[in-house]
Amino acid sequence: MLNYVARRLVLALITCAAISVLTFVIIRLPPGDFVDAYIANLAVGGSTVSVEQAAAMRLEYGLDRPLVVQYGLWMAKVLTGDFGVSMMWKRPVTEVIGDRLWLTMAVSFSALLLTWVIALPIGIYSAARQYSVGDYIATTLGFIGLAIPNFLLALILMYLGFRYLGLSVGGLFTPEYAQAPWSWGKFWDLMVHLPLPAMVLALAGTAQLIRIMRANLLDELRKPYVVTARAKGISELRAVLKYPVRAALNPFASSSAYLFPYLVSGSIVVSLVLGLPTVGPLLLQALVAQDMFLAGTIVLLLGVLTVIGTLVSDLLLMWIEPRIRLQGRA
Amino acid sequence: MTAIVLTSDDRLAEATQLQLTWWRFRRHRLAVVSLVIVVLFYLGAVFADFLAVVDPHATDARRSFIPPQMISLFDNGAFLPHVGGLKGVRDPKTFKLVYTPDPARKLPVALFVRGYPYNLFGLIPTDRHLIGIVGGQGVDGIFLLGTDQLGRDLFSRLIVATRISLSIGLAGVVFSLMLGILLGGISGLYGGTLDTLIQRAIEVVRSIPTIPLWMGLAAALPNTWSVTQVYFAITLIISLVSWTELARVTRGRFLALREEDFVIAAELAGASQLRIILRHMLPSFASHIIAATSLALPVMIVSETSLSFLGLGLRPPAISWGILLQDAQNVQVLAGAPWLLSAAVPVILVILAFNFLGDGVRDAADPYG
Amino acid sequence: MPQTPMVEPVTSARHALSVRDLVVDFVQDTGAVRALDGVGLDLHAGRVLGVVGESGCGKSVTARAILRLIDRPGRIASGRVLLDPDTPAQQDLAALDPEGKAMRAVRGGRIGLIFQEPMTALSVHYTVGNQIIEAMRAHSDMSKAEARQRVVALLHEVGIPRPETRIDAYPFQLSGGLRQRVGIALALAADPQILIADEPTTALDVTTQAQILALLRRLQRTKGVALMLITHDMGVIAQMADDVAVMYLGRMVEFAPVTQLFAAPQHPYTRALLRSVPNLRAMPRERLATIGGAVPHPGARPVGCPFHPRCPEIIKGRCETQAPPEIPPGERGASCFHATVATMPSDAEATA
Repeated sequence: MLNYVARRLVLALITCAAISVLTFVIIRLPPGDFVDAYIANLAVGGSTVSVEQAAAMRLEYGLDRPLVVQYGLWMAKVLTGDFGVSMMWKRPVTEVIGDRLWLTMAVSFSALLLTWVIALPIGIYSAARQYSVGDYIATTLGFIGLAIPNFLLALILMYLGFRYLGLSVGGLFTPEYAQAPWSWGKFWDLMVHLPLPAMVLALAGTAQLIRIMRANLLDELRKPYVVTARAKGISELRAVLKYPVRAALNPFASSSAYLFPYLVSGSIVVSLVLGLPTVGPLLLQALVAQDMFLAGTIVLLLGVLTVIGTLVSDLLLMWIEPRIRLQGRA
Repeated sequence: MTAIVLTSDDRLAEATQLQLTWWRFRRHRLAVVSLVIVVLFYLGAVFADFLAVVDPHATDARRSFIPPQMISLFDNGAFLPHVGGLKGVRDPKTFKLVYTPDPARKLPVALFVRGYPYNLFGLIPTDRHLIGIVGGQGVDGIFLLGTDQLGRDLFSRLIVATRISLSIGLAGVVFSLMLGILLGGISGLYGGTLDTLIQRAIEVVRSIPTIPLWMGLAAALPNTWSVTQVYFAITLIISLVSWTELARVTRGRFLALREEDFVIAAELAGASQLRIILRHMLPSFASHIIAATSLALPVMIVSETSLSFLGLGLRPPAISWGILLQDAQNVQVLAGAPWLLSAAVPVILVILAFNFLGDGVRDAADPYG
Repeated sequence: MPQTPMVEPVTSARHALSVRDLVVDFVQDTGAVRALDGVGLDLHAGRVLGVVGESGCGKSVTARAILRLIDRPGRIASGRVLLDPDTPAQQDLAALDPEGKAMRAVRGGRIGLIFQEPMTALSVHYTVGNQIIEAMRAHSDMSKAEARQRVVALLHEVGIPRPETRIDAYPFQLSGGLRQRVGIALALAADPQILIADEPTTALDVTTQAQILALLRRLQRTKGVALMLITHDMGVIAQMADDVAVMYLGRMVEFAPVTQLFAAPQHPYTRALLRSVPNLRAMPRERLATIGGAVPHPGARPVGCPFHPRCPEIIKGRCETQAPPEIPPGERGASCFHATVATMPSDAEATA
């Protein structure tokens, strides 16, 4: 078992390294370098930079050195917590990002929880009571989740809410809390506003997981050990929940292993539509303005946090499956 | 008691794998309907300009936000398909000339009329369209889905967008297919360290949230690039991630097939590696690949739509569903002109159709899988 | 081998279970397939009923039907399954709600089931002890600790070495033979008076098979349970059964005490089955006797006698159109026009 955990950790580290390289590539992709963009930006504001200052900046950022060295310099800074300065906002990147990253994680994580909490019981019910009314409702819901991309769903919901209910659907806080410092009131406000974006985000994943759970449970229900369980005289509910559901949990858990990156990804677009104060809108702004340190940092941190989240669900899978625990492999 | 009806044994015994798959597929009515829908969509893409009515690029600010027009079939009891014309009205506040529907002016609708010029199949210059109005002013037309803020006919734009959205999906899938089958095949056939390496690479790629990455890559494309260049770049970008699923399926199939008796028999008979792969293994997993491809297509289409919706994907004057949906981002505007959301309909239909199709092919290829 | 001459009344042994006219259908889009076409049998305490037949004849369906464990689309169309027949506590299991309390009390508590495939019959996610303790506690009020002690004793009784450690093992950590012993322990956990063993040794090698059969025999004698032993192996029948029921296409075609069945089989099918058992003393190069043809699909049941298409002793004109009479319950007989009903062989013939 320790083998398995060690392997997953190493893999996570490698993934983070890969993300950092990719992020660096993205940062350096636009033509010209950081100093050029900085100069251009200043020029818009009316100030200028002398040639010597430009050269000094280039030296400081190591822009005259080979790319690999630049990557090294940048990573060194990142690992100490120095993510650079945002050009647009003229403040350190960490300040600009502020709470947004945590809010993104909050939305994605609640979507994850929501997905499991909804998909598991519905999937079980769907399989145990096949062809019932509940089954058909679940299947229909599944199709909706399957067919409508999350940003479209958000758009439609917003339109319906606005048109027929006259309310502005979206946002994570009521205006009074939006800029206020953290307090229990603000936390509660967040909790109240989380369900809608979380549900929009979760629908597609939920639909998929319901289908997987239903299909796997249907398979398991036909197997001999279920008959053995029933033959013991225990209640049907107990027999189903304890045995075939446990077996069907394995594919369910492994399907949800990559759910978290998908949700984080989706939250970007959904938060743009719903106007949530998360990382999404900020990233788009940064990319359009070619504020590369800001954009790059967001991508890097998003990636790393996602990897951590995925690692957690991997470990969860390991806890469920005794064969991995005992034999070190699935 | 009724006896179970069996198909004649001879037919079953002589049918090839492909025929068997097709027969099983035919029994899924939903999958067959989906196939028809998909074919219709692609036909629509090929004949896009022919089916369009008004030039999709023609802007005319005076006819912005015209609501959808219905084609009335009867005029005072006589069969005379017609549509209302537009009349100019001076807006009392801005003094600008604004066009609104005028039911009093009836413009007849006919088949195969002359409309805006285009190249059929990209080669044959013509200006015939399926339907159009006869007579009328330059500003008139049949606006089946209304117009957008710039006065462009949404219906024509929708049809033309089909071409780009569907073909990007297809192109992206082809890239993913090549990469996926190559890497998955190597992984499954040769195993060992190569397999482990590729597996790990797949896991790394899958762990990275895609949209931020795509956004970054797409934003880095220079503004100076032509529409076609951007098109190919976007295709490449979105296929960078979906090859993993195809690689997984391919690897799984190769692993399973490697152990099959008929493959071992071929090896023992002295067949070359290439021959074994092409002649013996390929037919077995062709239908799985078709199923995986069919399921990957909607993902591609949604990816492009999302990126274009954000403004980072294809850029105007290209028309895709994502670009059309961009106009629907503002809820206030949308409330006044809900027809702007009509691009959502083909997106949803296509996703559903490809998913059912993929499910159907997968079930037909391997009913026990 | 216990010899029970027919003269001695069988009713001295307690009548534990009585199945009468059991009909089971599987309803599909293409129509209903009749898996059991009027099956009747009796189980008595302390006696072993062997149920034998080819694959697909309905042996397992009978066992499942008794315990109401048949999955959709199967259902009991008619018939009765009487537990404790002819007593005030008589229950018709076929009339009970399959998921209700009464039926659940019967499963495990009154009737235990032993499965054929020990690898798939036990869940791999829980320890052996966990699964047996659950069965025990489902029918009693004992605490976990008490149940655990009883399970250790039970594991010892079924011949599992070091039961104190083995109780915490997962099924995949045990060998096939040990797993089947666990299966037997599981069936016995709640002390049922009736045991149904569905091909308990088919998946095991011959040596293990002998051990398991011996174990079953010993347990059955000491606990005095009624054992219904389902198998397709005539050798197992000869070794274990007191009475034998031969099944074909969902019907019982012959019923007799074991010695009489082997000595003087009355149904052509039984005769063919016995002929096809490989003979150690056969001449070299002698052909193995087989039964021509194959068991028809239950959906394509032949008219008249179900065995007539394959019967070497067919009476032309009669067997294709008329179904032979059913065997009266509790009596020796064969469902065949050749076997004259109500003739019982004398003791002398039986012990030949």
